[in-house]
Parts: sequence; C-alpha cells; structure tokens
Amino acid sequence: MTYGNRLRATSIAAALVLMVAFGLAFFSAKIEADQGFSQKIFYVHVPMAIVALCGFVFGGIMAIQHLRTGLAKYDLKSYVAIHLSVVLGVGVLLTGAIWAKAAWGTWFEWREPTLVSFLIVFLLYCTYQPLRFSIEDPEKQSRYASVFAVTAGAFVPLNFLAVRLADPYIHPRVLNQAGGDLPDSFRLPFYLGILGMALLFSALYQYELSHKNSRAQLRQLRRKLGGEEEAVGRSAAPQVSSS
Amino acid sequence: MTSVLAQASDTVPDDNTGYVAAAYLVFFALALIYFGIMAFKLQRLERELVELNELADRKLAPAKPDAAPAETTP
Repeated sequence: MTYGNRLRATSIAAALVLMVAFGLAFFSAKIEADQGFSQKIFYVHVPMAIVALCGFVFGGIMAIQHLRTGLAKYDLKSYVAIHLSVVLGVGVLLTGAIWAKAAWGTWFEWREPTLVSFLIVFLLYCTYQPLRFSIEDPEKQSRYASVFAVTAGAFVPLNFLAVRLADPYIHPRVLNQAGGDLPDSFRLPFYLGILGMALLFSALYQYELSHKNSRAQLRQLRRKLGGEEEAVGRSAAPQVSSS
Repeated sequence: MTSVLAQASDTVPDDNTGYVAAAYLVFFALALIYFGIMAFKLQRLERELVELNELADRKLAPAKPDAAPAETTP
C-alpha cells in the first residue's frame, strides 16, 4: 500500500489556492470599516481554525474505523490527523492572540466562549500524545488512543454547538444559518482560504502517512536482508505494519 | 529627543500593519518549521536506504567467488 500517490498534485494545489486566497485577501477584499487592516488576519486565522476542528473530527472518525475493524492503518490515520490538527491549533491560538491584541487590546479574553472553548479543545488534544506515550503495549496503546479520539472527536461539534448557543461577548459570529454576515468581497478569499488550508492539511497528512509507511517498509527490508534490527524504543506513534 | 520620537511615532500609520504581518509570519513560520522537520526525516530515511543498499551489496558479493570455480570444472 502506498499513501503518497497524490502528494505532488495536492501540494501544488495547496500552494496555488493559498497564494490566490491571500492575494485576494490583500488586494481585492475591502478594508473592514470597524477593525481596519487588522481584519486581514481573519483570512488565515478562521480557515486554520475550521480545518483544525474538522481534523479533530476526522481523527475521531478514523478512530471509530480502527475500533470497528482493528486495522492498524486507521489508528495511524487518526494519529496523523490529530497530530496535524494540534499543529494547526497552535497556529490558531497564536494568530488569534495577535488579532485579539490588535482588535480588542488584549491577547486573550477569558469571558469570550469561542476563545475559551477552542483553548479547552486544544488542551484536551494536547494530552493525546502523552496518553499514547504512557502506554507501552502497542495493542493497548492504539485501542485506548482510539477511544480517546472518538470521545474527544464527539466533544468538538458539541462544543461548537454550545458556543453557538451561548451569548457572544466580543468574538464575531462569521457563519450563521442565513449564510453569514460576510460582504461579497470578503467571501471568495475566505472560502478559498478554507479550501487552501484543507489542501495543505491533506498534503501534510499524505506526507506523514507516506513517511511512516516508508519507514515500515525499510524496516521490513532490513529484516529480509538479515541486517541488525533497528532498536524501536517506546513511542507515541503507532507501530505500522508494512503490509 | 522626546519630541523627535513623538514626531516619528506620529508618522507611523495606526493601521495595525505590524499585527497583520506578525499573524501571517506565524503561519509561514509554522509551515517552514514543519518543512524543516520533514527535511530532517527525509534525510534519515535516505541514510537508512544507503545503509540497506550497502547491506544488500555485501550480501550479494560473496556469491560470486563461489560461483566462479563451478564454471571452470570440466
């Protein structure tokens, strides 16, 4: 099995779409009347947040598949999706803090449900790697990690719903049931930003899967050639079989 | 000196350009760090591949001298 077949196409598409999205955001979208130029952070911050949250849910779906089938490849997919979403989550928190400082004069607003809920989700997923690392037996590790990913993955949409039902303090609600409050010139760069970020996520996801698979193939080849077994220490990453 | 600084700060547009640049830099820095880690992993993979290639060469090498006398035997 190979994972990197569409890696080149996805990478090129991600770079192109993100370039167009950011280009439109800076040169075509109008300056927002209330926040001024700092609103341009929206085009990188919100797509990153949406893709990160979707990545957490995707990790949960892969974990369900792992629990259902017992196939290690689904555990690997769940692990990689969560790992990448945490990286994006770091980006969301940093860009969000910068935007908050520019717009509200504070790095973080503890009374705002949107901000606090994202931080809770992020911190929850920060425990995923230590959880995996704390379990030595690979079989148990993958099973417990999958249970965690399913539970936390279900928590993400529930959390999103709770935030929607709560009264906003200062954070704006971008997308609503009426189609959102976005002016037309903001829409295209925003949607392209989401697409570009999703493509970037997909490219990095394929790369990670391909890399882990390649290492497993190399290990198997080494065994076949009778070479010295590479010492595999305790790891949070799933043990991939090379079949 | 203070008045010069005050005048200089007046010329800086109050449009939060620095914050926007910082936010996009965070994104690009994260991407670059990730690509750096990817490059490191690729390097390690390449090293392992070279090792395995050498191992395969060593495995195949002793077979040749054994085969040679068999051909010369009438």
